[in-house]
Formats: sequence, structure tokens, C-alpha cells
Amino acid sequence: MASIDGALLDFMHLDRLAAGDTALHRLDPRAKLLATFVFIVSVVSFGRYELSALVPFFIFPTVLIGAGDLPVRYIAWKIALLCPFALVVGLFNPVFDTTVLVQLGPLGISGGWISCASIVVRAALTVGAAIVLVAVTGFPAICRAMEQLGMPTAFAVQLLFLYRYIFVLTEEGVRASRAREMRSFGQKGYGMSSYGSLLGTLLLRTWMRAERIHMAMLARGSTGAFQTRQEFRFGAPELLFLIGWCALFATLRSHNAAQQLGALVTGWFQ
Amino acid sequence: MSHHIVAVKNLRHVYPDGTVALRDVSFRITHGESVAIIGANGAGKSTALLHLNGYLSPTSGEIRIGDFPVNKGTLPQIRRTVGMVFQDPDDQLFMPTVYDDVAFGPLNLGLAGADLKQCVADALERVGAGQLAKKAPYHLSGGEKKRVAIATVLSMSPDILVMDEPTNGLDPYARRQLIGLLKDFRHTRIFTSHDLDMVLELCDRTIVLKDGEVRADGLTREIFLDEAMLAECRLEKPLSMQGCPVCGRRV
Repeated sequence: MASIDGALLDFMHLDRLAAGDTALHRLDPRAKLLATFVFIVSVVSFGRYELSALVPFFIFPTVLIGAGDLPVRYIAWKIALLCPFALVVGLFNPVFDTTVLVQLGPLGISGGWISCASIVVRAALTVGAAIVLVAVTGFPAICRAMEQLGMPTAFAVQLLFLYRYIFVLTEEGVRASRAREMRSFGQKGYGMSSYGSLLGTLLLRTWMRAERIHMAMLARGSTGAFQTRQEFRFGAPELLFLIGWCALFATLRSHNAAQQLGALVTGWFQ
Repeated sequence: MSHHIVAVKNLRHVYPDGTVALRDVSFRITHGESVAIIGANGAGKSTALLHLNGYLSPTSGEIRIGDFPVNKGTLPQIRRTVGMVFQDPDDQLFMPTVYDDVAFGPLNLGLAGADLKQCVADALERVGAGQLAKKAPYHLSGGEKKRVAIATVLSMSPDILVMDEPTNGLDPYARRQLIGLLKDFRHTRIFTSHDLDMVLELCDRTIVLKDGEVRADGLTREIFLDEAMLAECRLEKPLSMQGCPVCGRRV
């Protein structure tokens, strides 16, 4: 997915997944948003050397992928794409932090390696949860949920417009860039300067489009307030979903489930 | 039913950069008429249309929609009466889903609940797009976008339908479908277009603009027979009125 074109199609794919019709899709977006938020906070709040306690948290994205009938490989690939960035963040930890924390026979594992791994696992968890949230809810519904939860309307409207027009803008950008490329015959063209004017043109075009959109809004009686219909209700299933997950996160946060399971298993064999 | 009348009197519009887009335009369109406003690029068609729902205000002259003059106080009423479909459906469809988009106007008019649902369903059904309700605008084809854009306006039950270049960019099938749809409407209809064959099919009356003035106003068939005037206005006869391209014979 190196090209902008490809990234755009990919984005649309995520959008199509959100159109699914499972019990999870039908849940009020606020419940999913809040649960994801609590999940991310729980994961991020662990100490830097924590690794084993993070592993049980994979249950959240896994269950959601299953319940939402999402394509596992696609989501896994999306998460894998972002892992190198997390790796870059933690890359120097092993160099600076050489205190040996774990001794596996002759092999001493330093704190740096553990914190680096912890960063990667955390990134996979949080990014995974966010991708799954978008795939089972859809971006516009998330915006609305944030608005209902107290985000200023202006931000919500801006986000909605950003999402609606990112496709149009990207297509325009791709067309302009293709036109430039076709006439530069594999050379640099005018180099950076041609990109400067290209961006300028895009900005002006966006501006004009914004004016036309405003016109279309006025023509349909818009007074500036953004009316949206209410299609979800925060009922018992939502409450159950939210409380259930939050309780699990709290338990996993306070008890190292992986370690306890390990202790249990080793206990049996003693 | 005087509220379906569009009366434009000595309309003049000068853009802030000094371009005189309309010099002196007058016409009167009555209830149920289907009228085309045609002319070369830059003749002032779009500028004229934008005055009809008060998006642009005249430098001088007057516009009346039914009993109301177009001014700040009457704008909400005017915009409810005059439904405007813009040229690029991407400008018209700004909400996340087709349903939300069609519901945008009625919501602003205060509709809610079952009424709103019914109103949106009716408008979508009218343009044959009922199955698209849940889709996002960027997942639609050009023809679908255009039909949905019309539904967004129909949902406000306007008396007058104004459309800028309705068949622009559509494939022959989608164009044919749209023409069939527009033929069935009983609203007062005002179109601008370069698709003169469509004009011939849909409009009994045509107004020709040239350099910001009305050059001709009359029955469409008669206007299209005046070749000298058409050439002067950088137009030509619709293809269906021209001779056979092979033998030159006219049917």
C-alpha cells in the first residue's frame, strides 16, 4: 500500500466493514467508544517493564474481531504495518538500559529489551483496538458519539467534513500529481517548486469547493446548527457491554493474569 | 397559485472583482413551466441561477419568487420553495450517508421521527434510490450521486426545481434515466445546460443568455431553428435537429 490511491481504497475498505450488521455493529457507538477508551488507558498505564500482564489484554480486540465478523488477516496486517513505527520509538532502549532484569539460563535479558518489547505490544494493542473500533462503528458514528459525550459540536462537524472530503481531496491531489508526472517524463520536472504550486492549486480548489458546499447547505435551510438524527439508544446491552469490559480491564490491570495462570499451571506439576 | 412564479426584473450583478456577470436580465416563469437557460461559457447562467435562491444578491434589479421578493427576511421561505441542485453532486452530498444527506433539509425544517423517515424514504423512492440509503456518497456512481442529489432537494418538497447542468458527466444510460425522471416532475423547472438535446426533450421554453443579457426568449423549437442567432451566441442546433451525419438528410 505504498501509493496514496491504494491507501484511499484501503480506507474505504475499513468503511465498508463498518456497514456490517452484527450485534456489535448495532451497539450504541458511545458504549464501544468508552470501552475502547478505558482499554487504552488501562494498557498505557502499566509500568515500562511490564510485558506479561499486557498479554491478556489481547482478549478485547480478539473478541471484538470475532463478534464483529471482521477479516482477521486484514486487521492483523493493518496492525503489523504500524509496528515498525513503535519499534523505532523503542529502538534505543536496549542500548541505554542494560540492567539485566531476567536471567534465562546463560542469557541475560536487559530492561531495555523488555521495555522495547513492551512498547511494541502496547502499540499493537492500542492501534488494534482503535482499528477494530472504526471497523465495527464507522468514523461518522464515532464523531457523533464523541459529540454526545461532550465534544464541542464545531469539532465534530469539522471531523465529519474532514472524513467526507478526504476522499474527494485525495482524488483531486492524485489527479494533479499524475498530470505533473506524465509531463515530466521520468525527470524531476521543476522539482519541489512544481509541488508548491500544485499544493497551492489544491488549496484554492478546496476553498472554492468549501464555498459551494456552504451554498448547498444554505440552499437546504441550514442555519449553522448541525442537526443529526438520533438512531442509537444507550440501553441495557450497552450498559452490560461497558460494565463487563471495564470490570475485566480493571481486573487485568490489578492482577497479572498471565503470571497467575503460569503459577497455577506450574503449581499443578509440583 | 402565485407562489410558483419566478419573476426577475432588470437583474444586474457585478462581482467584487469588477466582472459584470449580468447586465440586464428580465424574465417571468409561471407555474408548472419547464424552462432552459442556455448560453456560452461565461454568459451568466450560473450567476443567474444563484440569485434565484438568494445565494447572490443583485447589484440592482429585483427577483420575486411567488409573493415574496428575495431578501434577507424572506430567505428561509424562498429556500424552502426553490430547491436547487448543484452541478457537482460532491458539493451537494456532504453528509456521511445518503440517508443523512436526504434528511438534512427536512431536519432543518423541523421534521423528526416517523415523519422524517417517511419523507426521506419517499424522496429516495421517487428517484429510484431506495436501496442506497445506507451507503456513503463516495461509494456511489456518478448517476447514483446525481439522483441522490435530486432526492436531497425533493425531500423538502419544493415548488420550484432549479438544476445546474443536470446531465453533465453522466453516461448515456444514466442521462436517459435522469431525463425520464425529470419529465415526470410537475414542479416549475428551471435548468441550465449545454446538453441541448436534453433541453429539447424537457423544456418547452428556452431563454438564451449572451454577455449577461437575454438574447432570446421563446419556444424551444423556434429558438433552435434560428441558426444565425445560435451561432452568434456560440451555440448550435441540438444533434437531433441536425441532418444525418452520413447522408445529410433530415428526418
